[in-house]
Amino acid sequence: MADHLDDYVNAAARAMELPLDDAWRPAVCANLEVALRLAKLVDDFPLPDDAASAAIYSA
Amino acid sequence: MSETPASMSAAETAQAVSSRKITALAATEAALARIAVHDKVLNAFTDVTPDRARAKARTIDAEIAAGKSVGPLAGVPFAVKNLFDVQGLSTRAGSKINRDLPASPRDATLIERMEAAGAVLVGALNMGEYAYDFTGENAHDGPSRNPHDPARMAGGSSGGSGSAVGGALVPIALGSDTNGSIRVPSSFCGIFGLKPTYGRLSRARSFPFVASLDHLGPFARSVKDLALAYDVMQGPDTDDPACVARPVEPTTPLLTEGISGLRVAIAGGYFQQNLLPEAVEAIACVAKALGATQVVELPEAARARAAAFIITTTEGAALHLDRLRKRPNDFDPAVRDRLFSGAMVPAVHVDKAQKFRRWYRARVLELFQSVDVILAPATPCTAPKIGQATFTLDGVELPVRPNIGLHTQPISFIGLPVAAVPVPLEPMPIGVQIIAAPWREDIALRVAYALEQMGVVVAPAPRGF
Repeated sequence: MADHLDDYVNAAARAMELPLDDAWRPAVCANLEVALRLAKLVDDFPLPDDAASAAIYSA
Repeated sequence: MSETPASMSAAETAQAVSSRKITALAATEAALARIAVHDKVLNAFTDVTPDRARAKARTIDAEIAAGKSVGPLAGVPFAVKNLFDVQGLSTRAGSKINRDLPASPRDATLIERMEAAGAVLVGALNMGEYAYDFTGENAHDGPSRNPHDPARMAGGSSGGSGSAVGGALVPIALGSDTNGSIRVPSSFCGIFGLKPTYGRLSRARSFPFVASLDHLGPFARSVKDLALAYDVMQGPDTDDPACVARPVEPTTPLLTEGISGLRVAIAGGYFQQNLLPEAVEAIACVAKALGATQVVELPEAARARAAAFIITTTEGAALHLDRLRKRPNDFDPAVRDRLFSGAMVPAVHVDKAQKFRRWYRARVLELFQSVDVILAPATPCTAPKIGQATFTLDGVELPVRPNIGLHTQPISFIGLPVAAVPVPLEPMPIGVQIIAAPWREDIALRVAYALEQMGVVVAPAPRGF
């Protein structure tokens, strides 16, 4: 499962300086596969270009 | 009034202490004794603080003897999820790593407010590691156990809070809810829980998980106790940037106003899917009692849950990035693997999720122009067995841990207030969400109180130990 993410996960771990053990990679890939599937569901929803973020900040 | 201090509600205890029928110390000793006996089974507590509790109780008794006014929770024992700062304890937040932190110099704001109202802190409670959990299991401290069947989950991540109140070790506990962590343990343990509006209660001096979504709130065995605790914890706090500057709006005096005129609807579509029969029965019981027949659709609820998932995993990973780099072997492996994954989700998805959040909020708030309350399941099922990895929802086998919160996540995603109420089905209770518009905790609690008075919802006596 999620073999296609192996290269990305390896590269991201190096870029992020995360000490990814080989034994953890299948579970990390599986989790990332779920996250990206859910992210696609959100991404597929059309929002206007001027949609405002709900992130909290007030000056 | 109940026969012994240990079986009294918070309201009964406070009344008895204030009127000198019992002492605060006696109420405290009763709770400590019950914890000593039953926590061996429940594993709800990670820290018991008897010296502090007895000192506080003696202070209350001295104030009463001196004719001073004590608060509405005088002598009421309570406990907090171990992500609240407790002076003198390291705030472990369910982790191994945080045990290396120095002892907290000051209590969390909500503990200070509970104690200012006369309540007595008796300890800190078990939880899922760093609150990234729906089961109540913990790799380091062992699972908190369900008071109606210790072989079953208490629910998470506030598992110890659910177990302690469900097991009647304390009448009130505090917990946190990012995606469902108050409502899920309430459902599994058969108790009442309140997830207030986002920003309503201060989170100051509690260990965070997802700042965009984190809420704190109370658990209790009755609606009155829930409202009493909620009321004394309200108020602005500049120590939490998300805490709003609203005045205190007491709910306890409004509980008996009834529900006449309130427009109650049932959440349809997404919220009627992925349910086992007991969850369907629970909603039907509550809807029938309230005379609710209208069904409303929360638009794009599945996307809302997905967006909450993305914000959670990425903000959680950001919070723990340094710990992931330096101490990956000290995490619960399952939590670590989710956080590693969260660190690798591209930022564009987080931005989209936050924009979708604002869109979804606007659409859902439109619903509250025609209804006052929306009913939804709290969990897809009653408490699964501890260690159970999968369940079958709508014919599809799914992992338990991430899917317990399917019906809570789209609600907390936009910070709506929810009272979780327990329907005492056999053999295990299950919760229903009473959802109101922002800042209308009073309405959610009024409906919960009316259901309790009808006998439709009740916290069943623990019978698993």
